[in-house]
Amino acid sequence: MNSSPRSSYGGAGSTDPTTPRRNSKRPKYSKFTQQELPACKPILTPRWVISAFLLVSVVFIPIGVASLFASRDVVEIVDRYDNACVSGSKSDMIRYIQTPGDKTCKRTLKVQKHMKAPIYIYYQLDNFYQNHRRYVKSRSDEQLRYNKSASETKACKPEDVTGNGNPIVPCGLIAWSLFNDTYSFAMGSKNLSINKKDISWKSDRDHKFGKDVFPKNFQNGTLIGGAHLNESIPLSEQEDLIVWMRTAALPTFRKLYGRIEQDLQPNDTINVVLQNNYNTYSFNGKKMLVLSTTSWLGGKNEFLGIAYLTVGGLCFFVAMLFSLIYLFKPR
Amino acid sequence: MSSNHPAEKSPQSDSILSYPPPKSASSQKEFNDEDARLIHINDPARTNERSGFAGNSIRTSKYSVITFLPRNLFEQFHRVAYIYFLVIAILNQLPQLAVFGRAASILPLAFVLLVSAIKDAFEDFRRHKSDRVENNRLAKVLVDGQFQLKKWKHIQVGEIIKISSNDTLPCDIVLLSTSDPTGVAYVQTINLDGESNLKTRYAKQETLSKNPEKEDISGIIKCDKPNRNIYGFQGIMEIDGRKMSLGPSNTILRGCELKNTDWAIGVVVYAGRETKAMLNNAGAPSKRSRLETQMNREIILLSLFLVVLCTIACTLFGTWNGRHKDELNEMPFYRKKDYNKVPQKDYNYSGIGLEIFFTFLMAVIEFQIMIPISLYISMELVRVGQAYLMNRDTSMFDEASGSSFQCRALNINEDLGQIKYVFSDKTGTLTENKMEFRSASIWGTDYSSQNANEVDDYCVQVDEQVLRPKVMVSIDPSLQRLVKDGRDTDERRHIRDFFLALAACNTIVPILTDSPESNVRIMEYQGESPDEQALVYAAAAYGFTLIERTSGHIVIDFRGERHRYDVLGLHEFDSDRKRMSVILGCPDKTVKVFVKGADTTMFSVIDKSLNPNVVRATEEHLHSYSTVGLRTLVVGMRELDDLEFDHWQSAYATASTAIIGRAAQLRKVASRIETDLTLLGATAIEDRLQPGVPEALVSLRNAGIKVWVLTGDKQETAISIGYSSKLLTREMRHIIINCHSKEACRRSLQSAMAASHMSTVSDDVTNNDGPSGPAASQLALIIDGSSLVYILDSELEEELFLLASNCSVVLCCRVAPLQKAGIVALIKNRTDDMTLAIGDGANDVSMIQMADVGVGISGQEGRQAVMASDFSMGQFRFLVTLLLVHGHWNYQRMGYMLLYNYYRNAVFVLLLFWYTLFTAFTMTTAISDWSSVMYSVIYSSVPTIVVAILDKDLSRRTLLKYPRLYQSGQQEEGYNPALFWLTMADTLWQSAAAFFIPLFVYWKSDIDVSSIGDLWTLAVVLLVNLHLAMDVIRWNWIVHAAVWGSIVATFVVVIILDCIPILPGFWAIFHVMGRWSFWLSLLIIAVAGLVPRFIVIVFSQYYFPSDVQIAREAEKFGTFSDWERGEIQMNPLPLNSQQR
Repeated sequence: MNSSPRSSYGGAGSTDPTTPRRNSKRPKYSKFTQQELPACKPILTPRWVISAFLLVSVVFIPIGVASLFASRDVVEIVDRYDNACVSGSKSDMIRYIQTPGDKTCKRTLKVQKHMKAPIYIYYQLDNFYQNHRRYVKSRSDEQLRYNKSASETKACKPEDVTGNGNPIVPCGLIAWSLFNDTYSFAMGSKNLSINKKDISWKSDRDHKFGKDVFPKNFQNGTLIGGAHLNESIPLSEQEDLIVWMRTAALPTFRKLYGRIEQDLQPNDTINVVLQNNYNTYSFNGKKMLVLSTTSWLGGKNEFLGIAYLTVGGLCFFVAMLFSLIYLFKPR
Repeated sequence: MSSNHPAEKSPQSDSILSYPPPKSASSQKEFNDEDARLIHINDPARTNERSGFAGNSIRTSKYSVITFLPRNLFEQFHRVAYIYFLVIAILNQLPQLAVFGRAASILPLAFVLLVSAIKDAFEDFRRHKSDRVENNRLAKVLVDGQFQLKKWKHIQVGEIIKISSNDTLPCDIVLLSTSDPTGVAYVQTINLDGESNLKTRYAKQETLSKNPEKEDISGIIKCDKPNRNIYGFQGIMEIDGRKMSLGPSNTILRGCELKNTDWAIGVVVYAGRETKAMLNNAGAPSKRSRLETQMNREIILLSLFLVVLCTIACTLFGTWNGRHKDELNEMPFYRKKDYNKVPQKDYNYSGIGLEIFFTFLMAVIEFQIMIPISLYISMELVRVGQAYLMNRDTSMFDEASGSSFQCRALNINEDLGQIKYVFSDKTGTLTENKMEFRSASIWGTDYSSQNANEVDDYCVQVDEQVLRPKVMVSIDPSLQRLVKDGRDTDERRHIRDFFLALAACNTIVPILTDSPESNVRIMEYQGESPDEQALVYAAAAYGFTLIERTSGHIVIDFRGERHRYDVLGLHEFDSDRKRMSVILGCPDKTVKVFVKGADTTMFSVIDKSLNPNVVRATEEHLHSYSTVGLRTLVVGMRELDDLEFDHWQSAYATASTAIIGRAAQLRKVASRIETDLTLLGATAIEDRLQPGVPEALVSLRNAGIKVWVLTGDKQETAISIGYSSKLLTREMRHIIINCHSKEACRRSLQSAMAASHMSTVSDDVTNNDGPSGPAASQLALIIDGSSLVYILDSELEEELFLLASNCSVVLCCRVAPLQKAGIVALIKNRTDDMTLAIGDGANDVSMIQMADVGVGISGQEGRQAVMASDFSMGQFRFLVTLLLVHGHWNYQRMGYMLLYNYYRNAVFVLLLFWYTLFTAFTMTTAISDWSSVMYSVIYSSVPTIVVAILDKDLSRRTLLKYPRLYQSGQQEEGYNPALFWLTMADTLWQSAAAFFIPLFVYWKSDIDVSSIGDLWTLAVVLLVNLHLAMDVIRWNWIVHAAVWGSIVATFVVVIILDCIPILPGFWAIFHVMGRWSFWLSLLIIAVAGLVPRFIVIVFSQYYFPSDVQIAREAEKFGTFSDWERGEIQMNPLPLNSQQR
């Protein structure tokens, strides 16, 4: 090619007075627009990876151990009574539970280990789908809260109004199926008092259930689903109802019944007198009475502890594996 | 004598400009009254009475206040995604199927619609405002014999308007007269086509003298119906019983500015939305990106998953209900019978079949986001963001022309990362298209200014003023001496004729501008062809200075003497003749025709018997010029005798006023006069390579991109440019195919195939000996347009394809615009490889539109290529940054974003699905309605968008230094079915971890739906954001803010939702957060969910690192040298990293 110096060439085509103006189109430099923002770029180096895994195991294994200990510390007495109080075939049991009358049943519980107050009393239902679509929506939060909204029963079908059209308060399947077994406890001849105060969420009592809303036309239908409510007590003080209305997440669940506020000693024998009213027989549900202490982690459940130990152990194993690989077979 | 001077197009763009391309210029169109527009001059009432031409008020806005809502909604619902949203939302409104609350189900759609509507409304408001400004501008319109100011919007077709200097045209007009006595007007068309040089427009001589203010003008104009072709106009004007033809050069279009002309008067022919400027206001054609096409494959799979999930759910539902058939009445949580009604009926139960069907539909509603609809919207946002960053990239800003990179198509950003073929134009794309006069061959003597670098300070004295041409040209001193020598010899006469031809045979107009020095004025040659400009400047440098050009005459200063030549006729350039001619009446009363044009067509009209030695010598010179890459033109002339002249003149007059087939007639007249010419000589013009082109081509080749150059130039020129641009190397073997019959083509293709096979076989042999082989035997295919005529669209295409895919470089010379598209189609239709076409001229438009990605260079040849392109930029070398850097980033970002979004939605859907297994299969959600609908909109959408806009896997420097990294996109490393399935498997595990850990932790506990729902919500949001965090490569503060901000925002939103007493989840979050088990669950979900993925990543990065991964580590630890060595062993491609 020609290599002579270029003559001054003005640019025949593009020399117009607008050129300087157009130069202002030059994009302004900024770190953002040039994608040059200061940034850190972590790289997975073997050392980094091994330390990460070790760190996980170092954190997780103690947590797992602590969780396991916490769970071991919890003393729990579980007594299934639905089939202990009634015997016979399924239809026998259903007939029994549907026939009105006294359904008192006596159970004896033996305390194995020292139980420190407060001891929580739960009832546990099994195979009961409180999260069923038909069930979970069958309630009216408006009605529960405001006196004037008594007729807000659209969502509550089929337990919305009585035969002659009066609104049921509280309406809906959830309230209708309120659990109605009752328990009383005695040790020897002395009654164990059950504190049923504050078993529900304070937030529910204050904001979801009205102080001026009283039960009306409740459980007046052909089919009685569960407990009756005292019509002179406002809903905000019907704590069993409030607990029940916080629908459980899973088909096996516990609900708080009350608290025993005294320690129980090993080998104490507790006599339970219970009214076995609630019908779980027609759908093969189980009923259990649970007495349990509590730890910082909650009730008796070893899953978390085991899970933490497993993950922590695995991470430790992987860390070792990578160290070996890194030492003996670097890339 | 007609003064019809149609705009002439230079030889270098060998096509008639036409847009849209398939329609060729309509010069041969015939007029009949049905498809013509009839305008009564100065009689708007009559003109408009029955035709209903558009008024001049324009409306670029789309909506009015009333039509906004329906029209905007209608337009928005053109997106399939929104319709899917809508159908699901409607289904959800049926009481049987209500999965989500009413408000909750509509909210996301309403939100998206609202945001888009507000954006559209705002944009439309701005358009309204600018319309108003535009419509209320003032122009002088002839009313009652006087020019009065009138608002633009009131101008009507048929009116006569007067434009002053520097005014913008309000509508398309046909010129009647101008301040110039010869009827010339200069216009700048920068608003219309971006070309900044002045164009000349002419008023018809018949109307020149008319002064509408003094005398009444009346007549009619018949012209085309409104069309988009800004370079085509055809009409007839009839005034005072005289008919004259009108062409594009007699019109000025809306948007142009009048320059250097005091005033111009014209008749309005098109107004308002019918003006060519408005008709051309259409956006770029839309294309679909490769990734999006592949995405559809995965979307279909996801739909399949959705159907499978729904089927499983409803089957289980049916089984459960069948098994518990007898208990349903009694179950407190089912209560099939309504005992409160007499007679007792089933409540809300429509039989098992229907219930199953309803469950299926409910499952579809609940699992709807399995199909990542929000992804479409995210992708649009991401592309806008990426386009913004590309537009603002300073390294793609062209200082010389002041043009920045422009992303015109918003939906193919990521295709830039997968290009395998680049089809490039040569002139103006690889070269600057700034022409410099280099050499002349006159009468068989070569005057090359190679060793002459003196620049003469030449100027011309006129009326005590000094005129200095704007551009200096280096001149050959020996030729200079010959010219200055006043003696009258044959040699000098030829030289004079030669330069006269250069100065006269063109459409260049000299424009004078003031200079800082008094009495010195700068003379600038304005014209549409850079070649002609260069030739006129060269003529001026040797003393033949063009001083004045009007439509009737030119004035040339020859060494202080001024000569006036009458321009008797001008045959414009066209792509068939590839030459132009001008007929001059000389001062000595002779008439001469001067012709210049491409050598192929010129030698056929030159009388070779006249001077065989000169012809032979000139041919030799032409050959040597083109081998060094110069553009050549051949100049010839002939003196006409009276008879011949008269004959021509009458034919020319008839032809140029012909109503039917004018262009064809003119061509015929031209070819009759352009015969038996005397060869004067040839010119050679250099078109310099753009800066950085050789380096760019090397980079592209190293990136595994095949570069094909398609040019209209001669083979020798093309090859020499190939060498100078390093496209061709000396080591390459050339396969040249020049054939003139189909059989010959077949034979040469076959022999070329055989040759290429041989060389590849021998390659293999040498490769076994050592790694040095491949460069030594690369093939370059050079093929010309006439061969392509026989090959394209025939069965030989296949053979050409096979041959070409063996070659590393393909050069196509002498190709026509449509052949360019044909070559692109050859590759595009036969492979899955992505193609990119880059060009600057109108002749590249078809190829740009054909290729997967079209890039336009905004250069010297106007804006058609840019208008048709998807991306436009100022310089070829920016292509490297565009592909290697932005393309790579965009592809990698978009590929990751797709995978992540599938995962993000599927993990949530699976979480819902698992829960449904524990609710007697009734499609209840533990996660609250609001959280479910906000999950994909608010909880997890921002980080992925931010990362997809900002994340960079490698720095710009690394990507430019190692072009081979580009192959990760070509090999689809960022997005492929294997990655999809891997992601889905990971999704399954992560959803299981997120669901089952809380399930086991809270089994047999008094946990309520809302509390565990909140835990699941937070768990899944934490998981997907940490998952993203694991894959972020560069953590800058924006990414930090987006990722951690999202997690925090989710907590905040969940807390806010749980503070609303009327919602069932009131206060639940506070209760559940008060437990240690909640926090421990979150921690273990995050770790257990991500550990398998982490292990896989670590393992694959450590043992099977991709090139990108290696480069990342090298970038971080600065160990490039090790890496290079390793790389070369892995893949025997030359890295050439030292060349940059």
